[in-house]
Amino acid sequence: MAERCAVVGIGQTKYDRCLPVTMDGLVREAALRALEDAELTFADVDAIVIGKAPDALEGVMMPELSLCDALGAVGKPIHRVHTAGSVGASTAISAATLIESGMYDTVLTVSYEKQSDGNFMWALSGGRSGGQGAGGSFAPWIRDYMTRSGAPEHIGWKVAVKDRLNGCKNPYAHLHQEDITLEAVKESPMIWDPIHFFEVCPSSDGAAAMVVTNAAGAKRAPRPPAWVIAHAKRTEFAVFPGRDPVRPAAGVECAKALYKKAGITDPRRQIDCAELYVPFSWFEPMWLEGHLICEEGEGWKMVDSGATEIGGDFPVNMSGGVLCSNAIGASGMVRCLEAASQVRGTAGGYQVEGARVALGHAYGGASNYFAMWIVSSEPNPTFS
Amino acid sequence: MAEDIAIVAFAQTPSYRSYDDSEPSMILGLVNQILEEIEIDRHEIDFTIAGSCDYLSGRAFSFIANVDGYGAWPPVYESHVEMDGAWALFEAFVRLQMGDIDLAMIVASGKSSPGTPREIFPLQTDPYVNAPLGLDPVSVAGLQARALLDSGKATERDFAEVVSRSRRDALSNPNAQVAKDIPVETLLKEPYYASPLRKHDLPPISDGASAVLIARGKRARELCEKPVWIRGIDHRIESHHLGLRDLTDSPSSRIAARSLGLTVGSLDVAELCVRYSPEEIVLRKALELGDGTRINPSGGPLCGHPVMASGLTRVVEVARRIRGGEAGRGLGHATSGPALQQNLLCILEGDS
Repeated sequence: MAERCAVVGIGQTKYDRCLPVTMDGLVREAALRALEDAELTFADVDAIVIGKAPDALEGVMMPELSLCDALGAVGKPIHRVHTAGSVGASTAISAATLIESGMYDTVLTVSYEKQSDGNFMWALSGGRSGGQGAGGSFAPWIRDYMTRSGAPEHIGWKVAVKDRLNGCKNPYAHLHQEDITLEAVKESPMIWDPIHFFEVCPSSDGAAAMVVTNAAGAKRAPRPPAWVIAHAKRTEFAVFPGRDPVRPAAGVECAKALYKKAGITDPRRQIDCAELYVPFSWFEPMWLEGHLICEEGEGWKMVDSGATEIGGDFPVNMSGGVLCSNAIGASGMVRCLEAASQVRGTAGGYQVEGARVALGHAYGGASNYFAMWIVSSEPNPTFS
Repeated sequence: MAEDIAIVAFAQTPSYRSYDDSEPSMILGLVNQILEEIEIDRHEIDFTIAGSCDYLSGRAFSFIANVDGYGAWPPVYESHVEMDGAWALFEAFVRLQMGDIDLAMIVASGKSSPGTPREIFPLQTDPYVNAPLGLDPVSVAGLQARALLDSGKATERDFAEVVSRSRRDALSNPNAQVAKDIPVETLLKEPYYASPLRKHDLPPISDGASAVLIARGKRARELCEKPVWIRGIDHRIESHHLGLRDLTDSPSSRIAARSLGLTVGSLDVAELCVRYSPEEIVLRKALELGDGTRINPSGGPLCGHPVMASGLTRVVEVARRIRGGEAGRGLGHATSGPALQQNLLCILEGDS
């Protein structure tokens, strides 16, 4: 690649059920926080990349057109990415590509969702019916995972308790469920068998933003940069008889390409922590396996052993993850920027001590879109 | 140093008033046509990126089905912009600059026929002030036309001349949806539709798709005899607030042209995404296109406007003329938003 890319600014809004701001206000708040973190202004930005999930969620078609003023984009290039639930991470990757191409020096990337402006379940089914919802699609695959791996039911509850308690340390998280217990998850209503209510992500409003720049920009940055070491995207057909939706080939291939590019040969040992896209608790063990962090059938054992807690050997979703905040279009970018935050050492109350290499991940559609990146505190980390 | 990147193959569907089959089936046909032409297997494509729009299909995540059109098994490296495919071309062009992959497929598709564009497109405006008023693109185009008349920068006859020339040129374009030799005088006798615009100043409602395969220098030469080199792509946006804009000008196009180093008189051909006839007058002036540059020899979007593919199709039309030896250097233009709010320029050149 022509240039190296580094994250030098991170900004988020508080995630909440309903933020009483306009969409312009929402994206601008995240963008300004990212610029402030980088000690830059809109004038320093060469291009903007914006991402969000379907336009039907808010009823605004091609929102870059109406948000360009709020993002300081007038007179500049701005383009809009949409790759279903993985879009936040895909958007971050597109922004990184603009830098790596050598064509742009400093890029602002923003993603958001304002779920309170619409009705996700309605939009998901094209406005035609209530639909089965995302959980309705994923529940049978989760049940299949449990059957295949022999994972006991409490694994999902454990993930929910861990993520919700982690979220209590994150001031931006939508849910701060301090009193959550395994018993409470178990007793919460069954939404889509085997998924209980407390194992489901919330519907959130919120925006996330990053400022990415090249090596020269990283040198000028006031705070430690997070270097983008590798990124990868993979897609497979949403529906066809040969696919395995529990362990999609696109997820496996994406991880392989990512680790190869980064020079990672033993992900569990060489990656210090990960922010994985886990909108339903069971996706934590499923992605640990599906992205080659552990052997098939071992993911739930990692969860059960506490390995994925902060303080474990492979912490996952230190920020509370999607289970605590899900402004859909932003969620993938949040995973990427939380990974960056860890290696910058700016993760506050949920910092993993000494984090040097972190994974940010998102998936979308019918588990058929994957986007991931690896960031590091070092521009050229070596792995042994 | 920028990488040399060329269009090695391209394809487009006709502009249909109503295409009865699905959007993925249009894409599938084009991708297969390109693969056959340059004799490669789809698995040799390193990166694919699509441009389409959920709101035209009337359902969320409509682009997921479009993946069926270019194939994704084994899994592929691909992406999607919710924009005209010209912006997908931009991202693919940027991606190939990294130098680690060689071949990228860009597809653009849209079917406007199932919906009512004048009811859907107001949703492009801000949801607090304009969208509730139902401010639609035809009305905005009318405002732009009125501003041109009031400022003395154009006359209704100028609008009619654009339409007359475009429809006449479209007679030689087999993919055009509307084509006819109509004198300016006849056009001027038509009633107003959105004053001062007449129905013929508007594009037809169209379905259609286009696709382009691009490759880095060495690979481009291996794959085809006449690569069409992409000398640069730039795109810029203007304020969303109509009251803050001079609708008789296109400063975003001018900034893009300047950043590409576009010089007056250097273009043999320009395919402009003229959705409403007054837009041609605005763009010509902003881009300083003179008599030496042939404008929209295909007839342009006034003769076939598959939304989301219309911009990429302009690039295809220029590439076709360069490959055919009719032009040495040309400009493909794409636009998005009301009254030319956002503009993309792509400069193409043959081997000199």
